[in-house]
Amino acid sequence: MSRMNLLQAVNNALDTAMAVDERVLCFGEDVGVFGGVFRATSHLQEKYGRERCFNTPLVEQGIVGFANGLAAQGSVPVAEIQFADYIFPAFDQLVNETAKFRYRSGSLFDVGGLTVRAPYGGGIAGGHYHSQSPEAYFAHTPGLTVVVPRNPHQAKGLLLASIRSPDPVIFFEPKRLYRASVGEVPDDDYELPLRQAEVVKEGSDITLLAWGAQMEVIEQAAEMAEKAGVSCELIDLRTIVPWDIETVAASVFKTGRLIVSHEAPLTGGFAAEIAATIQNRCFLYLESPIERVTGLDTPFPLTLEKEYMPGPLKVLDAIHRTMDF
Amino acid sequence: MKKTQSTAKPVHKPVFANGDDIQIPVFTLLKPDGTVYADAGSTSLDETTARRIYRAMLYTRVLDERMMAAQRQGRLSFYMQCTGEEAAVIGSTAALDDADMIMAQYREQGALAYRGFTTDEFMNQLFGNERDTAHGRQMPIHYGSRDLHYLTISSPLATQIPQATGYAYGQKLAGKGHCTLTIFGEGAASEGDFHAALNMASVHKVPVIFLCRNNGYAISTPVTEQFAGDGVAARAFGYRMQSIRVDGNDILAVYEATCEARRLAVEENEPVLIEAMTYRLAAHSSSDDPSGYRSKKEEEAWHKKDPLRRMQRWLLDRGWWNEDEERELTESLRREVLETMKQAEKRRPPALETLVSDVYAETPPLLREQLETLEAHIRRHPEAYPRSAPWLNGSTETEGQP
Repeated sequence: MSRMNLLQAVNNALDTAMAVDERVLCFGEDVGVFGGVFRATSHLQEKYGRERCFNTPLVEQGIVGFANGLAAQGSVPVAEIQFADYIFPAFDQLVNETAKFRYRSGSLFDVGGLTVRAPYGGGIAGGHYHSQSPEAYFAHTPGLTVVVPRNPHQAKGLLLASIRSPDPVIFFEPKRLYRASVGEVPDDDYELPLRQAEVVKEGSDITLLAWGAQMEVIEQAAEMAEKAGVSCELIDLRTIVPWDIETVAASVFKTGRLIVSHEAPLTGGFAAEIAATIQNRCFLYLESPIERVTGLDTPFPLTLEKEYMPGPLKVLDAIHRTMDF
Repeated sequence: MKKTQSTAKPVHKPVFANGDDIQIPVFTLLKPDGTVYADAGSTSLDETTARRIYRAMLYTRVLDERMMAAQRQGRLSFYMQCTGEEAAVIGSTAALDDADMIMAQYREQGALAYRGFTTDEFMNQLFGNERDTAHGRQMPIHYGSRDLHYLTISSPLATQIPQATGYAYGQKLAGKGHCTLTIFGEGAASEGDFHAALNMASVHKVPVIFLCRNNGYAISTPVTEQFAGDGVAARAFGYRMQSIRVDGNDILAVYEATCEARRLAVEENEPVLIEAMTYRLAAHSSSDDPSGYRSKKEEEAWHKKDPLRRMQRWLLDRGWWNEDEERELTESLRREVLETMKQAEKRRPPALETLVSDVYAETPPLLREQLETLEAHIRRHPEAYPRSAPWLNGSTETEGQP
């Protein structure tokens, strides 16, 4: 066990993956000798050489196109998009190529080896273009797997599982947690399961569901609610798609109440999909309407970021609304 | 010759450049009538390869004529012909090792024909039947073959070009001396993916050959409205890449240029851009009518430069081919295509289960549930789903009875 932050855990996962499998390659803008603008790929070029860890030109569609080709060839590319906000030039490669490679060829070809990493989410005074949470765009594309870790231990295990998954994975790293989230991380090689949500705290009155940095927010809200006598069950979805309906439904059967929280805007956010599915599965067990606590339907702001964000007090208000319904 | 801000030569008055001082010539060995230019260098094309090329060209022509007719008869939903561009596609393929990767656009069935894709494989894809390896998921002409190292076709234009750069980077690391050939039209070369691919290939010294089929039109848009520069070949200079323009209807020039391009790619890790000047003699697709954007006169002028006739003349002159052989082969290919098509169009559609397989390596529970719901629905309304209902009822009926 070592104490590390989320960034070090990502770096450690990449190091582990490159050490055991020489087909693993890491590349992206500033990823080489500099180690990435956040330092997620520090020392990897030093250890594994310029052929396996390198800078690319500044062209996201090229990075993902190149990575698709490498994965089809049998390499295991881990491509970095410097910020999730800049993934959109690669949208065509991800949505029309990565996601459909296996299906359109009847498994003659696939890009299962591909992992695309991108720092994601707000809370760092990043404004419109260094704060977005674009998971819902990708969740609407069959063939993609979208994963978001909540802490260093999760980050290493989920990233290793993503790199080795037979399907292409978009791995969003909550950048607010890069240095803020610190914890014990096993030194050895381990994987945490994809497509599996985790019940991180059991409770009986209400289910709070989130992912990534928003887990910390619902934990704080739960602590406040517990003082008022509300027992909260907390679930980390971890894999956004394909998502673990069973774990969430089992919890809601028990509690009868559900709040889903994400930083991304409300309309068309992934919470809507979860609410629709859970009301369908658990209709007769619900004690109150499923609530969503999310960002506003605006571009991501700067000065008034705190007002925009679905913070613990907003979640707490929703808990009370739901309990008092 | 890498120029950075500090190594570029300083001047003390403004000097603009637009590339007009560089004119890229067209490499050609065969005259339009199929005779060799007097000052042309010798060719390395041997008899066996030449015959294999010509057979693939003839096959492609026969296939295209027959399948376009089938589309017009309403037997096939859609079709695209390679007609007029066979030399560019097949000549470049022939210059490769058969295990080199090909990532094409959609009009390159000649490459597959050269590598031995069977008529049955063509037909099963075209009719999207139960033997189509991609289970009828894609429109006709979206072929793919792992055994023949031919990436499954994807409709979005130019997406395969940066993939080719990545694939070739992997081939370089693997160290087995293979390269990737990616083929695309001059219209696709306007996409950002093209520029991304060339730049990355040049920066990372990747063994990839970019072959642009400059056939004059992107559907209806002529090259004069596609770009202002000296074609596509000149763009390589911006990336410090080797570039050559060839007569795309001249099998010898295409073959020689690609042989040298492959040597540069594999032995020197130099990516190469080839611009093959050619002409799409047929419509863009079965849904297109070229009379709305180009003249009969123009088409007739290009018919006189038909790559098949040019190669045929060259082969006849060398005694490597004769007219009886041509007649017999053409007839037997026509028969083969027609008979195989009749069988393929009678085969059953793909099993319903193939709707949800291959989305992920392992089908997620939600998708399995969606399939079960669909199956139950079809069982309630079998008359509305004649393609799939028989599968669900466990029909053991043979081909022709879907």
